[in-house]
Amino acid sequence: MLQPYASPVERVWYYAMRGLVGLVLLFLFLPILVVVPLSFNSDTFLMYPMGGFSTRWYAEIMNSAVWQKAMLNSLIVSPLSTLLAMILGTLAAIGLVRTDFPGKALLTAVLISPMVVPVVIAGVAMYIVFAPLGLTGSYTGLIIAHAVLGVPFVVTTVTATLQGFDFNLVRAAASLGANPVSAFFKVTLPLVLPGIISGGLFAFATSFDEVVVTLFLASPEQATLPRQMFAGIRENISPAIAAVATILIVLSTLMLITLEALRRRNERIRGIRS
Amino acid sequence: MTAASPTAAGIVSTRPEPSLKKRLRRAELRKKLLYGTLILPLALFVLLVFVWPIASLMTKSVENPEVHDNLPQTLRALKAWDGREVPPEAAFKALAGELEAARGSPAIAAVAKRLNREETGYRSLIMKTARKLPLAEGEPARSALIEIDERWGTVEPWQAIKRSGSATTAFYLLAAIDRSVDAKGDIVTAPPEEAVYVDVLARTFWMSLIVTGLCMALGFPVAYLMANLPVKHGNTLMIFVLLPFWTSVLVRVAAWIVLLQNEGLINKLLMWLGLTNSPVPLLFNRTGVYIAMVHILLPFMVLPLYSVMKGISPVYMRAAVSLGCPPFKSFWKVYFPQTLPGIGAGGLLVFIMCMGYYITPALLGGPQEQMLSYFIAFYTNQTINWGMAAALSAVLLAATLVLYMIYSRYLGPSAKAVKAR
Repeated sequence: MLQPYASPVERVWYYAMRGLVGLVLLFLFLPILVVVPLSFNSDTFLMYPMGGFSTRWYAEIMNSAVWQKAMLNSLIVSPLSTLLAMILGTLAAIGLVRTDFPGKALLTAVLISPMVVPVVIAGVAMYIVFAPLGLTGSYTGLIIAHAVLGVPFVVTTVTATLQGFDFNLVRAAASLGANPVSAFFKVTLPLVLPGIISGGLFAFATSFDEVVVTLFLASPEQATLPRQMFAGIRENISPAIAAVATILIVLSTLMLITLEALRRRNERIRGIRS
Repeated sequence: MTAASPTAAGIVSTRPEPSLKKRLRRAELRKKLLYGTLILPLALFVLLVFVWPIASLMTKSVENPEVHDNLPQTLRALKAWDGREVPPEAAFKALAGELEAARGSPAIAAVAKRLNREETGYRSLIMKTARKLPLAEGEPARSALIEIDERWGTVEPWQAIKRSGSATTAFYLLAAIDRSVDAKGDIVTAPPEEAVYVDVLARTFWMSLIVTGLCMALGFPVAYLMANLPVKHGNTLMIFVLLPFWTSVLVRVAAWIVLLQNEGLINKLLMWLGLTNSPVPLLFNRTGVYIAMVHILLPFMVLPLYSVMKGISPVYMRAAVSLGCPPFKSFWKVYFPQTLPGIGAGGLLVFIMCMGYYITPALLGGPQEQMLSYFIAFYTNQTINWGMAAALSAVLLAATLVLYMIYSRYLGPSAKAVKAR
């Protein structure tokens, strides 16, 4: 980028900007860099310098009933809410792309609204309606609440994927004798699957990181991982928190890698090169 | 056409197939309906689980059921009352009857609490009166009530009952902007020591503005470099943005606590550099909240900016420079204006998300850093004042929706590009 004939001012500017960007990226990455080593600290304090290396905090969270319960709850609530969001969101996205009717823009806006409305409002509102129905302090209530928060991500990603989808392929399948259902499963689904999965990953991440609505709707019985972390940070912050955080960082790295692989596959299938 | 004509009957029985055009249109319509029904399940789901709850929350901001539902006969007796003299015996009788009926139930506490808001001291007036009921057989209600508490012999408590008797009220919404209605029915500003919400709203806006500004200043160079480096390097930088983006917010909040505490790395660094002798308080104040919020929201600024910058052809800049425009000027006059959609989209996105933030200020801020969301949660969890929680929600929701409409109206496409990633 830097031309050999660049003036000294340009040179200074060039390096200053790279320096600044480096600092910003350090700022973005620093928290992750700091937390991971602390989770292997043998001391009881969450600060540097560290004592020795130890995996005692991992052992502690693995043996703690509270953290086990929280992990289990997260593993119940997030996948189920993601599944619900994926099914409903994909169907609706196909419908939205293939039809046109007055008020479609408004309907789309309503379906996307859970992404926009501040979560505290969503939490209080759901609490008011769910409480008399006995849905507060229940897994069902929490799952449908998380599903509705995640569904906009599925709708937007699948819609975006379908916009590049050639519906002539479905027609071709039909003309070759496929019924609509098998045309969907054999032609449409494999091609839009990356979109569905990345939408699902966003929905999963939303649910897996959700605290606010959970604070309002869940009883201690349904406390999820983030809810337990929230309590842990508030009450007594110990290296156990860092251990949980490290596990979550590993998980988000895996999700990121999956997403990137999907994006590459999608580009390869369509012959797009960046 | 008559049924007697044999030829006509023949035509009816062998009615020709509708034209191809018609059949095609019909098939098209059927398909549209089929696809339309695919939207239905989600539409119903969102309506029931999201729209309906929010609508009921909003109605709570104007609901005023306490007096209206629990003292209906008293209100009826007061209907024709002009409010200048003590009301007629019928009103006393109705009130005595209804207070007696409500005695010991939550209703009486609700009425007392509601009336106390009209005038301090009415809570005890209602509770005391209810306790001393019922009246003796045949005893006139008026003198009996005045005997229980002489305030019943004045017009004020009756006016308060009448005032608070309508099914809806603007009280909470007005209170959410530090206004109230006085005894004469005029809207007045709350006294300074009680006026908090306008300050909270201003603080919410102000903090969102600062965070958005910081995100723009830090995000712009990052997005620029990423968009202008060779793809391979650009993608490496992208990982630095995306990994934190995918990391749990709570993990990042915990990490910032580790970094910012008095014995934390940042303070150690500052002291080692000799910039300070004693630890600078960075947690539980504005600084900590800003740092963590910028950290969480920066990717939402970088990503839309990046996708816009990726689409800007370098040819224009080269053309400007080759025509003799100095590099900085051509950057400012040629490149920068083309990034404005990205700045707008990212900025509004960050601002909208900021306005509703709850977790970060709750965990990293002190009392002076709490934004609107905190007070909504406070009225829901701590004092259980639905009216106030709902009214503050209405204010926050209105602000968010207006900003979102601007966002989707003018900046929709580039924003969609981010989500599609």
